[in-house]
Amino acid sequence: MTKFELYSTGLRTATLGCIEGLESEFSAEYSCDLFRRMCVSRSFEHRVKKEVDAGHVTCLVYLSLGQESIAAGISAAMSDIKPWVLGQHRAHATYLSFGGAPEPLVDEFLGLPSGCGGGMAGSPPIHDIDNRIIGHVGLIGDQVPVAAGIALTNPGDQITCFFGDGAAEEDYVLAALGFAASRHLNILFVCEDNDLSVLTPTKTRRNWQITDVAGSFGLETIEITDDPWLIAHWAGRLKGRPALMNIKTCRDTWHAGTGNDGPPEWDRFQLTKDVMVKIGLSAEAQQIEDDAKVKTEELWAKRLQIQSAS
Amino acid sequence: MGETVADTIRELTRQHIADNNGLVLGQCLSAVGWVQNTVPAQEKGIEELPMTDIAGAGIAVGAALTGRRPIFILRFQSLIWLNASPIINHAAKTKALFGYGCPLFIRASGDEGNSMGPVHSGTHHAPFMYVPGLPVVAPMTPCEYQEIWAHFMDHDDPMFVSEHRISYRNSEELADQYDDGAEITIFAASASRFQAVDAAAKLRQEGVGVNLIHLVWLKPLRIPAAGIGALKSCGNGLVLDSGFEVCGASRSIAYDLTHQTGIAVHALALEDRSSGVAKNLENISPQPERIVAKVKNILGK
Repeated sequence: MTKFELYSTGLRTATLGCIEGLESEFSAEYSCDLFRRMCVSRSFEHRVKKEVDAGHVTCLVYLSLGQESIAAGISAAMSDIKPWVLGQHRAHATYLSFGGAPEPLVDEFLGLPSGCGGGMAGSPPIHDIDNRIIGHVGLIGDQVPVAAGIALTNPGDQITCFFGDGAAEEDYVLAALGFAASRHLNILFVCEDNDLSVLTPTKTRRNWQITDVAGSFGLETIEITDDPWLIAHWAGRLKGRPALMNIKTCRDTWHAGTGNDGPPEWDRFQLTKDVMVKIGLSAEAQQIEDDAKVKTEELWAKRLQIQSAS
Repeated sequence: MGETVADTIRELTRQHIADNNGLVLGQCLSAVGWVQNTVPAQEKGIEELPMTDIAGAGIAVGAALTGRRPIFILRFQSLIWLNASPIINHAAKTKALFGYGCPLFIRASGDEGNSMGPVHSGTHHAPFMYVPGLPVVAPMTPCEYQEIWAHFMDHDDPMFVSEHRISYRNSEELADQYDDGAEITIFAASASRFQAVDAAAKLRQEGVGVNLIHLVWLKPLRIPAAGIGALKSCGNGLVLDSGFEVCGASRSIAYDLTHQTGIAVHALALEDRSSGVAKNLENISPQPERIVAKVKNILGK
């Protein structure tokens, strides 16, 4: 057991690990910022979906819809530092929440040379080295040992490394977790646990919890739901040391592409809006959501115009 | 005896750590003679990785992405299959996908004979020649090693360095050889170069003139214009290598030379079978006798 309370139940609920009244401990400004980060990602993803469905984006896309709160909470907790960020293949929300430039992201989907991968890379390898966002090559969990290498050679910097519950089963991911613990590397590992590897649920794949394994290596661990305030709360406490957060979340759309198989187990975006109303930020939340949609529309309209002219 | 290849590697490494804040990563580096005395016996700049091959290569890639220009050491090149994924999928593709380099110096130490058996012997640079974005070199002399190191430091690409333990004690440079009236031009890579020198001497003793061209850069393939001219003049060619022949570097290079010159260039390398530990079951670089026999076969003698 670590000094933090270890939730290693394997349970999936919208309230796992929630702390009563936690949102009230944050300022209104902070809550609005959290929600803004979610809205930016969500409106962006809806627009990607629209363009894919219209046939304007033809590359495979891995949408973050439903999982936006994780990147929002982690990035908000690290807004006072400049971490190295290694996203997984489903990284649009990670990229945007950590300050990745939106124009090259759109251009990448449109196959333009001004895309962040020059049109070579598509959805998983989005990156912005100026903002310390390292691209993912598309191989599941590849980024985890790479994050350990960056941490090894940059001991003064915070490293944040995202991966999914499927990647958690890769031997090299587990080995990298052990290496980070052994060398006491400054990495916060974030497992975005949507319980699915493509469509295969976790219980079909394994009978162990990543928090148990990581904890046995010596990482500090926590297992929680994807409430953005709860994520920011724990990320703020776990940064600066080797640690792992396993965050239960719900993927709205297919593994790749824009389809879905019915409503998710819970709708974190709506739950977050409900909390914003509860803490008296209803008008602000609506304004934030509307602004995000407008900016996203403007962004895409401009980039599509450039694509048409090219 | 002057400075050997092992001395050269060790001193370049020591300087890299001292002058460039360089880093060396690998498994069991300090054990059993510091990788054939090619690693400086010091703690500074030496990172002993856990016995985790895939993750170890990924850690080396991460170190390369943020500027330490790490040297990643594989004590046995035949174990590279485990390390390959981060090298192929990340280091080699970084520039194409992201626009910046991943300068990782991969020291892969080949070996053969000595009862090393089916897993710990062999050189396997051929599969890496197949990968875009990954230069592959096989230096066998001190000066060649210094040159490829200088190239690495001047560029931001990863580099697959196919070393061979046979070369570590070598202190001699290997110059290309041109014979007046040569009947065949031999192109040799890796440890087969040492055997090719002896084979050329034997052939000359039997009255067969030979050109011998030493290959260091396997990808991109670098052959001096004089070597291509020599091949065209004599009309017969043979490529030697220390890896497997079937689908290997020797046949790939022979194919390139054939198409470049219109001359049917042959290949000779390891047989298509695993090496055994028993002496009679080993599978090693073509020996002089085998090379001579192959040349005579090509020439119809």
